[in-house]
Amino acid sequence: MVKYTVKRIGMGLFSIFIVATLTFFLMNMVPGGPFVAEKSMSKAAQQALAEKYGLDKPILERYGTYLTDLLHGDMGPSLKQRGREVSDIIFSKFPVSAKLAGIAVLVALCVGIPLGCLAAYNRGKWADNLIIVFATCGIAVPSFISSVLLLYTFGMNLKLLPVVGLNEAAAYVMPVTALALYPAAYITRLMRSSLLDVMGQDYMRTARAKGVSNFKILFKHALRNAVLPVVTYVGPMLAGLMTGSFVVEKIFTVPGLGREFVSAITNRDYTMIMGTTIILATLVIAANVIVDVLYKIIDPRIKLK
Amino acid sequence: MSEKLLEIQDERLSFFTQAGEVKALNNVSFSMEQGDVLGIVGESGSGKSVTAYSIMGLTAYPGKLIGGTIHFNGHEIEKMTEKEFRKMRGNEVSIIFQDPMTSLNPVYTIGNQIVEVIRLHTNKTKKEAYARAKELLELVGMNEPEKRLKQYPHELSGGMRQRVMIAIALACEPKLLIADEPTTALDVTIQAQILELMQELRAKLGMSIIMITHDLGVVASMCEKIAVMYAGHIVEYGTTDEIFYQPGHEYTKGLINSIPKLNAQGKERLIPIEGTPVDLLNPPAGCPFAPRCTNCMKVCLREMPPRTDLSDTHYSLCWLHQKQQAEQGGKAE
Repeated sequence: MVKYTVKRIGMGLFSIFIVATLTFFLMNMVPGGPFVAEKSMSKAAQQALAEKYGLDKPILERYGTYLTDLLHGDMGPSLKQRGREVSDIIFSKFPVSAKLAGIAVLVALCVGIPLGCLAAYNRGKWADNLIIVFATCGIAVPSFISSVLLLYTFGMNLKLLPVVGLNEAAAYVMPVTALALYPAAYITRLMRSSLLDVMGQDYMRTARAKGVSNFKILFKHALRNAVLPVVTYVGPMLAGLMTGSFVVEKIFTVPGLGREFVSAITNRDYTMIMGTTIILATLVIAANVIVDVLYKIIDPRIKLK
Repeated sequence: MSEKLLEIQDERLSFFTQAGEVKALNNVSFSMEQGDVLGIVGESGSGKSVTAYSIMGLTAYPGKLIGGTIHFNGHEIEKMTEKEFRKMRGNEVSIIFQDPMTSLNPVYTIGNQIVEVIRLHTNKTKKEAYARAKELLELVGMNEPEKRLKQYPHELSGGMRQRVMIAIALACEPKLLIADEPTTALDVTIQAQILELMQELRAKLGMSIIMITHDLGVVASMCEKIAVMYAGHIVEYGTTDEIFYQPGHEYTKGLINSIPKLNAQGKERLIPIEGTPVDLLNPPAGCPFAPRCTNCMKVCLREMPPRTDLSDTHYSLCWLHQKQQAEQGGKAE
């Protein structure tokens, strides 16, 4: 298992390198540049800026320089937020998004797994139908709709929850709900179908024939088999959420990483684009390695090669 | 005579599905004494498994017992709650299923799964339970039991897994072992081993066995009594010799004729029972086998035949026997 993990980390590093390379060249192929939009700036000033950040050099040379710097842990200065390093921006904003995402995923799991089980146990009855309706809505409603609805109802009309920032615990309620809605609904559906599948398996009948109680049948025999698809889904989803949701962060004015992603691209903030992409790729790859190792722990049949 | 271990009287059980009521068992009656080996034969859907499962209360939703009584080892099954069933299952009566490949939970070790049933029904500590599990694996003829306890089901072959299932079933020394087609999914050579093992264990432990199968060879070698089931009825019941040498019911005769013969001359055709099994949603008014019966009479299509005793231990449900007995009775008078 240790050998496997080491191997996966090596492959992960290679993947990050590929992602970085592709992003670098694609980004430079897109027309425009970081300083083009600033019309007030004279040609000479633009030229000076380009020289300062090395943008006047050939692309291959810039690529080489970037990779060398990256290996030294230097993501370079932001081209737009002048005077700030990309790594500083990322490391000041990432924890905000990560915390929000962590709570949201926890909520999604705590809601999705029990609801999925409940639905499976009451298959075809009203509880099941109700849960399916909730899950379908949760998947169908985009976060900008649910966010605005939440904000309007609890923030504006009922004035129960703060509408801006993350300064108090209550402020987390709405953004977490908005973020957790989709994954919770998705996990509910996964859990339901997976548990139904497991409940029809022969070993469940064996457990009943042994005289095992219903409670223990669910928690010992069924859940461990049924939870695998959920684990697969949660890993990459957590990585995605940790790097921030543009919409939710914008609506609830959360100072997270999500906004940086989008503004970096619209501004052609080259170093920032590279930084955020690499962080996202790293998290997704790390999540996948963790999921694979967890898989092996949960299901001994899985061979890690 | 010893006390009856199992006595089923007029058991009727139906599955209430969306399409309607499926009468899975119709007035099934039989009894077993301690140490008996009963074979239940019949085609798929004839109610063999349902009969056996109902003894353990495993026919839950949408199956429902709608009549009759089942007495097992002092329990009145038809009145028992789920909680009482749980105490009994795996303890007084256990079961071996058809497919050992899927009957063990893939994410737990063999040891864990044997120990689970031991600890459910006894007060043994974990250590004692593991010692017992090792003993059981030795009993069912597994080599290196210590090592096997730590293995997962996917690391064992089908025959080995069935041995583990038997070990689980025997863990609490049950009075009755239900074997639901225990060899169907196994290789022929392994089949023989498993059957031999079951016979050995029965001699050693003195338990009763209900052997559910559609393999007449299996019942002939294992069982003392045979119940032939068709469409939820026991259409013939008797000792193994009676069933094989003096089969009464037309269906039983068909079953025995359909066994391929080793001494067949040249290219002799196999003899199937023509027709298809009845639709239990809409069973015919008369004898369920009538549409496929070669000696079908008018009365067969109209009314269900009553029980005809052919000897003290042998009976069948067939109008032909009623007719014969009536004729013989007429002559005697």
